[in-house]
Amino acid sequence: MNSDNLIYLDNNSTTPTDPRVVEAMLPYFTQHYGNAASRNHPFGWAAESGVDKAREQIASLINVDPREVIFTSGATEGDNLAIKGVFEMYKRKGNHIITLKTEHKAVLDSCKKIEKQGGQVTYLDVNADGLVDLNKLEAAMTDKTILVSIMWANNETGVIQPMKAIGDLCAKKGILFMSDATQAVGKIPVDPKATGVHLMAFTGHKMYGPKGVGALFVNRKNPRVKVTSQMDGGGHERGMRSGTLNVPAIVGFGKAAELAEHEMEDEAKRLSGMRDRLEKALMSNMEECYINGNTDNRMPHVTNISFKHVEGEGLMMTFNQNIGVSSGSACTSASLEPSYVLIALGLGDDLAHSSIRFSLGRFNTEEEIDKTIKQVTEGVNHMRDLSPIWEMYKDGVDLDAVEWSEH
Amino acid sequence: MAYSEKLIEHFKKPKNVGTLDKDAQNVGTGLVGAPECGDVMRLQIEVDDDSKIIKDAKFKTFGCGSAIASSSLATEWLKGKTIDEALAIDNMAIVEELALPPVKIHCSVLAEDAIKSAISDYKSKNSIEETA
Repeated sequence: MNSDNLIYLDNNSTTPTDPRVVEAMLPYFTQHYGNAASRNHPFGWAAESGVDKAREQIASLINVDPREVIFTSGATEGDNLAIKGVFEMYKRKGNHIITLKTEHKAVLDSCKKIEKQGGQVTYLDVNADGLVDLNKLEAAMTDKTILVSIMWANNETGVIQPMKAIGDLCAKKGILFMSDATQAVGKIPVDPKATGVHLMAFTGHKMYGPKGVGALFVNRKNPRVKVTSQMDGGGHERGMRSGTLNVPAIVGFGKAAELAEHEMEDEAKRLSGMRDRLEKALMSNMEECYINGNTDNRMPHVTNISFKHVEGEGLMMTFNQNIGVSSGSACTSASLEPSYVLIALGLGDDLAHSSIRFSLGRFNTEEEIDKTIKQVTEGVNHMRDLSPIWEMYKDGVDLDAVEWSEH
Repeated sequence: MAYSEKLIEHFKKPKNVGTLDKDAQNVGTGLVGAPECGDVMRLQIEVDDDSKIIKDAKFKTFGCGSAIASSSLATEWLKGKTIDEALAIDNMAIVEELALPPVKIHCSVLAEDAIKSAISDYKSKNSIEETA
């Protein structure tokens, strides 16, 4: 792959591993290869000390006690462990969970599984800007509610939820608050304790660490939160997650956390500047473009734009030899359903099919943004020249009045 | 997924993009699909009244690369065919020519529907009975 000519703007899918992270990991493959659970020899001690350091680095990033960091294989496992683990552990208190329709599938599908096991789940609608309605949230809480699961920042739109207000509400009602913070940790300041979050899942590979490693923060005091393990075995990670620790990946995750803690502030400024420039240029180059989601409470590196009357996957094909982005149009999936997140924001299927998510990252340059502006503008214009509905729109046809032949 | 060279060629440099006068007596227009489904194809044919040969064909498509390539290819195939020959165009021929992956077969179906719809429009305008 000749990365010189390729522009990666899909950092919400995954980020490249920072070379400094790779460097930190390497000794743990060939030199310190011991099992971190081997307590009786230097090989195990070396591995354990690498894990301990990483745990401290990660705890420092999110301002928690290292003993509150449980290593997992990633955020999907963290979400599963938190939701199913709380449901099993707190069964006697209640069986009701509240979440949002815009959550990640790892949360939604864990909730679906719980429903099959006798749980009750409320999937709340969000406002048109993607934010939770706090009144609806409070109204949904019952004396059977044991958990509220709301993501810190949305993967598709970058919209950041009012976490402190949700935390306060949960505290008032004595309900545990869990958050999938995959997209937020390492990018913006995330302090679960100050926010009233009791469980929080996140992952290494969205913050320039390696894939296959993540963590679940579990609050230890006031309240002391416990989750039933979903993986049985040697009782690692305080009995909450058995399995030999992935030491090199954990060391890399720790290093990534340390880098993020030091560089986050400057990086966020740099990326939001580039994101704003990209967004403004595209919006001024072309008519009928719409930004999806709240732009005041949004991750600094993300923009999600619908280019009306252009199909997203087709548009991507005009530049996907050079630029990697994501589309809310799921023309390749068997279901042909567009993004459920954008649909939950009240977008029509046509606008959801027309959406592109640009997610910038640490290694993007201003020059890449220039190229992207040029190629995306050309792509949209090409696709609109080909689009019969763009022509009809330009001719003043009321598209809602057309009798389409659904297929 | 990797697309065939033919598909990419039809997508990047589509043939016969444009609009014919939909009110002309010898023009048939087919508009199939829906914006909500992520695919809309408009395919038009201009027919020589005496020979019933398709003189010209134009399309515009809202959709993915496979949908655009399928309609571009369809217009290429239509030109020079009689309307009866055009009716015989099968979606699987488009699938083979463009090497469409299984998830994109619906694009070829849509193209076949667009051809049939355009011919049907031409026939009804000119009071020709539907044979199919």
